[in-house]
Amino acid sequence: MVGLEHYLTVAAALFVIGIFGLFLNRKNIIIILMSIEMILLSVNINLVAFSSFLGDLTGQIFTMLVLTVAAAEAAIGLAILVSFFRNRGTIDVEDVNVMKG
Amino acid sequence: MTVADYAFYLFAIVMLVAGVFTVVSRNPVHSVLWLIVTFLTASGLFVLLGAEFVAMLLVIVYVGAVMVLFLFVVMMLDVDFAELKAGMAKYLPFALLIGVVLLLQMGFAFGDWHSAEGAEALRRSVTPDAAEVHNTAALGQLMYDDYLMLFQLAGLILLVAMIGAIVLTLRHRSDVKRQNVLKQMYRKPEESFEMKDIKPGQGL
Repeated sequence: MVGLEHYLTVAAALFVIGIFGLFLNRKNIIIILMSIEMILLSVNINLVAFSSFLGDLTGQIFTMLVLTVAAAEAAIGLAILVSFFRNRGTIDVEDVNVMKG
Repeated sequence: MTVADYAFYLFAIVMLVAGVFTVVSRNPVHSVLWLIVTFLTASGLFVLLGAEFVAMLLVIVYVGAVMVLFLFVVMMLDVDFAELKAGMAKYLPFALLIGVVLLLQMGFAFGDWHSAEGAEALRRSVTPDAAEVHNTAALGQLMYDDYLMLFQLAGLILLVAMIGAIVLTLRHRSDVKRQNVLKQMYRKPEESFEMKDIKPGQGL
């Protein structure tokens, strides 16, 4: 019988994979954004699992809000990425030092 | 084990494997495609949990919009991804260390937690019986009633994100010819050509 713990375990594993991806692809900002999406997805899984097993719909409402923020964040992040690439010709995160004093 | 349990394990394992491939894949296009698999299987998990609306939202919004945006940007930017991947072997030990430490920290809580005594009584919006009210209808009643403010704020966030993305990426190029509609409309025949009477054999 699959219970709440199973879903929480899967979400925790996905969260750790996302953090792992952040550190593994430290230069490639596109993969970093994708890792952030994965982390937010694991949060969503937690919210929906608790909502389902507790019988409270509020968690699913919060899931939609997290989804909204994630979509907005992806759009802004990619827009910054595109304008950065136009100016510098690279997307290497280590080259982002224009504002260094 | 029931069919739902088998489906859970299938979805969970596929999701985690796809997540790992998203992170370690050499080609970013493959990463995006693996991430799509992750989101599709996650929506399968949501269906198993009885949250059909959120599951379909995940498919439509994430797979349909956000991932296409990622794919578009990855294919539009002419980036040498092999160079970006060069440091991966260097970062691998540290990343593994962080991952294992985090996993251990979460593992400490495994099996040693329990719901609060009054959790059932504290529910703010109890899920109605699925046979009476459909998940989508119940969510809609809740969202447009109790959480209207949050709903409006979410719309505002999306508006700000849209305007921000447009402002960031729009550039006015001066080296391109553009159509000026007003200029075309205010053009008069006298300004654009004149009649000349040319005598035969003389030329202009």
